[in-house]
Amino acid sequence: MNAAATSPAAAPAPPPAAERLRHAARAFPTLFRVGLAEIVAYRAEFVVWILTTNMPLVMLAIWHAVAAEGPVGRFDQREFTAYYLGVLAVRLLTSTWVVWQMSMEIRDGTLSSRLLRPVHPVFAYAAQHLAGVPMRAIVVSPILAIMIAAAGDRLALHDPALMGIFAASLMGAWLLIFFTMVLVGALAFFVESAVAVFELWLAVHAVFSGYLIPLEALPSWIGRTAAVLPLRFMLGFPVEVLIGLMAPAAALRQLAVQWGYVLVLFACAMLVWRAGVRRFAAFGG
Amino acid sequence: MTAGGAKTILRYGRLLGVQVRMSAVTAMQYRSDFVVRGFVTALWMSVTLLPLFVVFGARQTVAGWSFPEALVVVGWFTLVRAVLEGGVSPSLTAVVEHVRRGTLDFVLLKPADAQFLVSTAKFEPWRIIDVLGALGIFVYAFAHLGRWPGPKELLLGVVFLVLAIIVLYSFWILVVSAAFWVVKVDNLSYLFQSLFDAGRWPITIFKGALYYLFTFVFPLALMTTYPALALLGRLSARNAALAWLGGLAFAAIARAIWGRALRMYTSASS
Repeated sequence: MNAAATSPAAAPAPPPAAERLRHAARAFPTLFRVGLAEIVAYRAEFVVWILTTNMPLVMLAIWHAVAAEGPVGRFDQREFTAYYLGVLAVRLLTSTWVVWQMSMEIRDGTLSSRLLRPVHPVFAYAAQHLAGVPMRAIVVSPILAIMIAAAGDRLALHDPALMGIFAASLMGAWLLIFFTMVLVGALAFFVESAVAVFELWLAVHAVFSGYLIPLEALPSWIGRTAAVLPLRFMLGFPVEVLIGLMAPAAALRQLAVQWGYVLVLFACAMLVWRAGVRRFAAFGG
Repeated sequence: MTAGGAKTILRYGRLLGVQVRMSAVTAMQYRSDFVVRGFVTALWMSVTLLPLFVVFGARQTVAGWSFPEALVVVGWFTLVRAVLEGGVSPSLTAVVEHVRRGTLDFVLLKPADAQFLVSTAKFEPWRIIDVLGALGIFVYAFAHLGRWPGPKELLLGVVFLVLAIIVLYSFWILVVSAAFWVVKVDNLSYLFQSLFDAGRWPITIFKGALYYLFTFVFPLALMTTYPALALLGRLSARNAALAWLGGLAFAAIARAIWGRALRMYTSASS
């Protein structure tokens, strides 16, 4: 396939980086609109995907039964309500299914047409999946309303600094998840079943991100491991900021770590992608 | 039973044998997969057990269930999930693909019941690892309880395993029938699996809307909690009979809907 579109070294006259960036920025609104149109077209699928994220509600019901007799650590019933609704909201806002899309397009070869376009495929994926965010926000807004009604006093709404950090951490979480998914999806260049790797990832993610259980309620060795892994910054960290479990200074430090991880995963994802495209080019001819 | 009926059953038994053998042969081609899958299974099993350990680390009993009793429910959950992912969902996922491509014609042309054929088309033998895991959980749970189920409880447990499989299978048939209307159904199967995940908890932990949802609409209670109660010897005869009645009614409805869905089916060519 034509690798020239992605590796500028092979192109006859490589445009300067600023030029390419400007190109990409100009293409962004169109790509975004295409993504939005796709979601509107497949709205039933979209709703089913949303409904698939029901684990936090089940866990909330369980912890409600447990905390009926008294709080568990720092968590009483209302705190659990705030936590799991927060998990649900952040998870819905930040998840993407780019890994399925990528592994399918790599396997059936439709990636070729993407490589031909003058916009970097990863950028195109990002624009398309970002288009899902406004739709997801519509779904999430009633959850937030319920959250404020049920446990409004537990949220950090009164603290503008924390809310700012929350917004930044939400963006960081989206990017972190997106690049991780690109990394896993790009494995489809090398192995048969990138989706099996993804399943493995799901299991690890469920435990170490705080999706199943608040990290501080977990056995301490898991909590300590989770503190250094990037997984926590995809979900648990924004939620903890939102429900006011974290002081502003500590939250700011953690935010820096999160964005550091974003850069690291961006680099890793692009490396694997590039190596993969070279292989793909060799195969597809 | 008439001779004709016996012959039919024999014929379908042989057919089942052939289908199972085909799946086994296919699975043996991917032996390295076995190791990877085994690893993933073990990992998922620990992820399944973790919340239970955490919850019962905080409390002695939750909604009247002690830790070993709740473990029995997890054992059933693991067992039924093994049946689901080893024997039910691979075949039925293939149907969805058939409907999408219009190749269901080839199945419908064969001189055997279409529902039987599509339901036995594919098995994943390596799910046996899950079954072993479930047995391990049962042994651990009953060792913890300090008493073992008698022959009566074991028999009742097996009877309820059958019911669980019937209900599970019927629900899947309903999901697959949806494929005839909305075609793109593979994410419905994800929805199904995500809902099924809640079955690892005893049903009585849930209150209000979730309790009714998981008892009557999506009868998780029949799949994991009731069998566990049967094995623990805590199920009354009346509830057992009601559960079976409900389960059979469910199966009959599913079969009827499948029939309607088939009549709707038009392949790409017709």
